[in-house]
Amino acid sequence: MSKQITIPFGPQHPVLPDPIHLDLVLEDETVVDAIPTIGYVHRGLEKLVEKREYTEYVFIAERICGICSFIHSQAYVQGVEQIMGLEIPERAQYLRTIWGEYSRLHSHLLWLGLFADSMGFESVFMNSWRLREHILDDLEATTGGRVIQGVCKVGGVKKDIAPEKLDEMLKGLKTLEHELAELTDVFLFDSSMKHRLKGVGKLAKEDAYYLGAVGPTARGSGIDIDMRSTGYAAFGKINFKPVVEHDGDCYARCAVRAKEMFTSIDIIEQCIKKIPDGPVDMKVTGAPDGEYFSRAEQPRGEVIHYIKGNGKKNLVRHRVRTPTFTNIPPLVTLLKGVELADVPVVVLTIDPCIGCAER
Amino acid sequence: MTIFQATKTVLKSLFSRPATLMYPAKPAKKTALTRGHVKIDPDKCITCKMCQRKCPSQAIEVDNKERTWQIDQMRCVVCAICVDTCPTKCLTMDTQYRPAMTARGGVEKFTVAGPKKKEPAAAPADGAKPKE
Amino acid sequence: MMEPQVIAPISVGEVVQKAQQAKKDGCRLVLISCTKIGDDFEIIYTYEKDLKMTNFRITVKQDTEIPSISSVYFGSFVYENEIHDLYGLPVKGINIDFKGTFYKTAVKHPFSVTITKEKKEGDA
Repeated sequence: MSKQITIPFGPQHPVLPDPIHLDLVLEDETVVDAIPTIGYVHRGLEKLVEKREYTEYVFIAERICGICSFIHSQAYVQGVEQIMGLEIPERAQYLRTIWGEYSRLHSHLLWLGLFADSMGFESVFMNSWRLREHILDDLEATTGGRVIQGVCKVGGVKKDIAPEKLDEMLKGLKTLEHELAELTDVFLFDSSMKHRLKGVGKLAKEDAYYLGAVGPTARGSGIDIDMRSTGYAAFGKINFKPVVEHDGDCYARCAVRAKEMFTSIDIIEQCIKKIPDGPVDMKVTGAPDGEYFSRAEQPRGEVIHYIKGNGKKNLVRHRVRTPTFTNIPPLVTLLKGVELADVPVVVLTIDPCIGCAER
Repeated sequence: MTIFQATKTVLKSLFSRPATLMYPAKPAKKTALTRGHVKIDPDKCITCKMCQRKCPSQAIEVDNKERTWQIDQMRCVVCAICVDTCPTKCLTMDTQYRPAMTARGGVEKFTVAGPKKKEPAAAPADGAKPKE
Repeated sequence: MMEPQVIAPISVGEVVQKAQQAKKDGCRLVLISCTKIGDDFEIIYTYEKDLKMTNFRITVKQDTEIPSISSVYFGSFVYENEIHDLYGLPVKGINIDFKGTFYKTAVKHPFSVTITKEKKEGDA
């Protein structure tokens, strides 16, 4: 047996903008153990729920994360609406679905860029961020914010999209789809990419399931966990199939994300075709009294907002379990047995968002 | 064939304008809904404190004795709830982002008309005066 | 409308047994969440199988020792360390025990106390 050494990885690392620290125990070049440490950006946003009214807290819930912001606010208001027994207008449900899928597209493109950049594939980085700009433009034109949309509120949404704009968005997505297909083909079928990713960081199906992997990390290992199947918002009326890959390696997780972008475009198309007319919000009176686990599918996986109210304007508890938080144990397992040089790539394939994880 | 897969994209980028903008030399893109920063029309403000109460980041402070309305632009998260709740519609959302700041500050104080509508205000707008 | 959610109350001693049962049934661990209600702490264990959730709730006092379920579900250490660091509840037998350094906060156990900030002069 050779000597073991420990190498610190992070919290400041060139490939990771997020502060996660890993103590990697190495035997020669192979990682035998990894101990994660987070807690560098803990903000205690959940505690703030005691100080703000539940209607204003939407803005804070949205700012938990800078990427999947819309889905955070959606999950939060969904929970409050469930407790209060509100049946929000159908058009608002569809609009939430459309914006949610737009933010999934923008998150996946962001990840694709960062991931390609981490292995030195800079032209994919630039092109994916160029395409992401179209998504952000559409978000800004319809909501007023590029990454923090701020359109969700308890009882519906704040802004409506005019039918002409919806058609325009649909046309934009059609052109985007072609460019996206080109980009993902370059990324997925490149031989050096395959060399780098195939067979690296394998996560067995059983492990992924019991360790609590969610989102693309789980779906890359052949587990069909997708909260959109529960049919929240308008997903119950939309035909779609979660993308599942069975290899469980880095390549499979990348492929899931790349293919999911096309699913998202398809979902948006269906929504735009099916969206009914009508109001987008309703009047809300009273305060939530009860508890609920609100679940939604974020780009990184399942997010849970546990909301508990006692009939007052301020909620008792708002607890968020973000996908990255539960993807940490699978990450630790994934890292065992990989080469030191592959660690950054493996870490990026779970798309860590530590700011999200610590709230 | 994987070698020439990106050729189309490369050629297109070669013969088109840059995808980036020379911000801040050129103004940023904006749309009619863009949330840039909050503006106030001091003549219409009745110091009802609705904006102060609703503000999630506690950026707004209203003093109804002194008749001042004050915003800390560095605290403001541009969520537009003050604009939505303002009963007299004296707050508006400007579509232009504020320029980056190189020094501390960002507190803007305005003397407003106040609840009584008899006379217009003594000083309509005090401008961006830093707080003492 | 989604299906109503029930949270079954159990005692502290049953936690590990219920976790084993859940694993035997093929559930995954979704979340362990802690809430402070007055002087008591509520801890909810959530398991899920095929999008159906099973919830168990225990109610404990500040000094009650909570058994860790990390021997059953390896991934539970993140939640248990979080509960220990934010609420100051002792959790026994975590596989990766950070001993209070999972979150390094300025105030110890920030979620178990209520801090009222004194309003200073010129504070917004």
